[in-house]
Amino acid sequence: MAYHFDFLAAFDYTDVLVKGVLTTVELIAIGGVAGIAVGIFGAWARTQGPRWLKPIVSGYVELIRNTPFLVQLFFIFFGLPSLGVQISEMQAAILTMVINLGAYSTEIVRAGVNAISRGQMEAALSLSMSRVQAFRHIILRPALQKIWPALSSQIVIVMLGSAVCSQIAVEELSFAANFIQGRNFRAFEAYLLATAIYLAMAILLRQLLRLIGDKFIFARRAS
Amino acid sequence: MISFSLWDIVRNLLLAGRWTVLLSLATFVLGSVVGMIILFARISKRPALQRAAKLYIEVFQGTPLLMQLFLIFFGLALFGLEVPAWLAAGLALTLWSASFLAEIWRGCVDAIPRGQWEASSVLAMGHLQQMRHIILPQALRIAIPPTVGFGVQVIKGTAVTSIIGFVELSKAGTVITNATFMPFTVFAVVGLFYFALCWPLSKYSQFLERKFNAAHRH
Amino acid sequence: MPLIAIEDVKKRYGDNEVLKGIRLSVDAGEVIAIIGKSGSGKSTLLRCINGLETIDEGSISVAGAYLGTSELELKTLRLKVGMIFQQFNLFPHLSVGRNVMISPMIVKGTSEAEARELAKKNLERVGLGMKFDAFPDQLSGGQQQRVAIARALSMQPQALLCDEITSALDPELVNEVLAVVRSLADDGMTLLMVTHEMRFAREVCDRVVFMHQGKVHEIGPPEELFANPQTPELQQFLGMTH
Repeated sequence: MAYHFDFLAAFDYTDVLVKGVLTTVELIAIGGVAGIAVGIFGAWARTQGPRWLKPIVSGYVELIRNTPFLVQLFFIFFGLPSLGVQISEMQAAILTMVINLGAYSTEIVRAGVNAISRGQMEAALSLSMSRVQAFRHIILRPALQKIWPALSSQIVIVMLGSAVCSQIAVEELSFAANFIQGRNFRAFEAYLLATAIYLAMAILLRQLLRLIGDKFIFARRAS
Repeated sequence: MISFSLWDIVRNLLLAGRWTVLLSLATFVLGSVVGMIILFARISKRPALQRAAKLYIEVFQGTPLLMQLFLIFFGLALFGLEVPAWLAAGLALTLWSASFLAEIWRGCVDAIPRGQWEASSVLAMGHLQQMRHIILPQALRIAIPPTVGFGVQVIKGTAVTSIIGFVELSKAGTVITNATFMPFTVFAVVGLFYFALCWPLSKYSQFLERKFNAAHRH
Repeated sequence: MPLIAIEDVKKRYGDNEVLKGIRLSVDAGEVIAIIGKSGSGKSTLLRCINGLETIDEGSISVAGAYLGTSELELKTLRLKVGMIFQQFNLFPHLSVGRNVMISPMIVKGTSEAEARELAKKNLERVGLGMKFDAFPDQLSGGQQQRVAIARALSMQPQALLCDEITSALDPELVNEVLAVVRSLADDGMTLLMVTHEMRFAREVCDRVVFMHQGKVHEIGPPEELFANPQTPELQQFLGMTH
């Protein structure tokens, strides 16, 4: 084998890598928060929502969970413009991630809501809360406590899945690796480096989500 | 400009869809074999094996499938091998799915009550005998719904292989879009085809889960 | 030479010493009841005898086989002493007959035909010969426990450890299990039973061991122990259960 590995070559392009990492972070930060919000709304709709809304949300969930992220991305980025909608690649990427995470989160949060005993809602209603108030103040937090690990896993999965956004020229980490290997012809080293960075980000993201959970979801409020 | 009928599009996508199905099946079978090996290592009493399995699972579950695909595709090329896209795709998907299957099955083994381990050990069975006769038969039965459910992930995972040029459903969609300039229609049909493959499997997995939970109440 | 010899056994869980130096000898054919409050260490002691729990100090031996940590030592020990659990722990995916047959076949290499004969005989002995092809989830708790006894007997142990074997049963099913245990005792099986069934202990056991806070507090024949408890702890315990 006459191949000489040159891992340091990639570091000539540190600025490209940094931009890639930051873009990935931006994608998952916005996509994650918005995706969870969609999930909470979807879970509410499927459990407490008006009757006409339920099949729409179900249809949305089934459609997204049974099609690949790549196809969803292409459909939004390439398909929407043909309907006259102008959308940048970054907007398309974030939108797809939100729609994607939203569908999975809906199911995950819904499982948490269903695990809350009916007595909780009954007690809240007896105290004259409206169903929405009960959902917001009594049901939601315990439900999130039950499913926070599962939801965290899904967020990490979506972050890793964002790698395919490079295919629509979003300048995230995979794109950076593509760029570098296109310049220095060291494809294996570039992708190995990117993979290592992804692994580090996944581990950090999991830690971050655990911290967020401890602080906001699981914390006992004495007041 | 030539105009394309919907039927042209559908027909070409169907042909490419064969490869999606084939790759999915191959991945599932080979991934199960490798997954079983990883499972045994993961639950082994030898710390070195356990650590190796944990590392394998951590790496394959903690990095994008796309990167794994590129690494195998370009990595094998370094050895001077002419790696066709389908081979790299199959290999990458196999290793990737093995890590998820091993974790799913490990969860099922962990779900077996400790009393089963105790009862079989006081009957003087050794570890391998316990696994083979008492634990695995029960664990694999409860593993069926999530394993079938994972089949859906495999089918969706094959889409990524289009990026290294493997001509399956998604790649065909891209090619046809470039020819027809009808991205909305083409990708809508592509999506529907994936849906047609995945949704029945999802429903079946849910059905199995309900059936299993019902059978367990007595 | 006692069948079961427990010498100065000590065991800790972290900072908590649950067994503080147990000494007990059991002769072949003896039936021993171990009583005491929860937390006294009685189940832990039983589970140490066949190696489900490790000990920190002391020694345990059954028919000459010493409690060790290697798989071979544990297997040798477990061939000599069987155990019946509070939660039965039958194998749900095997029929009653196969539950009883499986260990002789795979551990002792008994042929299937021989194992089947042995299984039928032991199931008859516990009164469940007709349930050979049934599955555990089709049986009542009392029946399941009797199958567990037949299963342990099929390994032909020299002694049986019974860990509160009737505590998880509905009251009306307790007697059928105790009847089987009494017949085992009459046939000369060595039994060590952690139990709350005081009447059974009085009628069937040769000696009763009262454990308190990890030590053998009092020990003696049931007539003496129940009639004349020497220590305030035992007096309080018996007062509690009558």
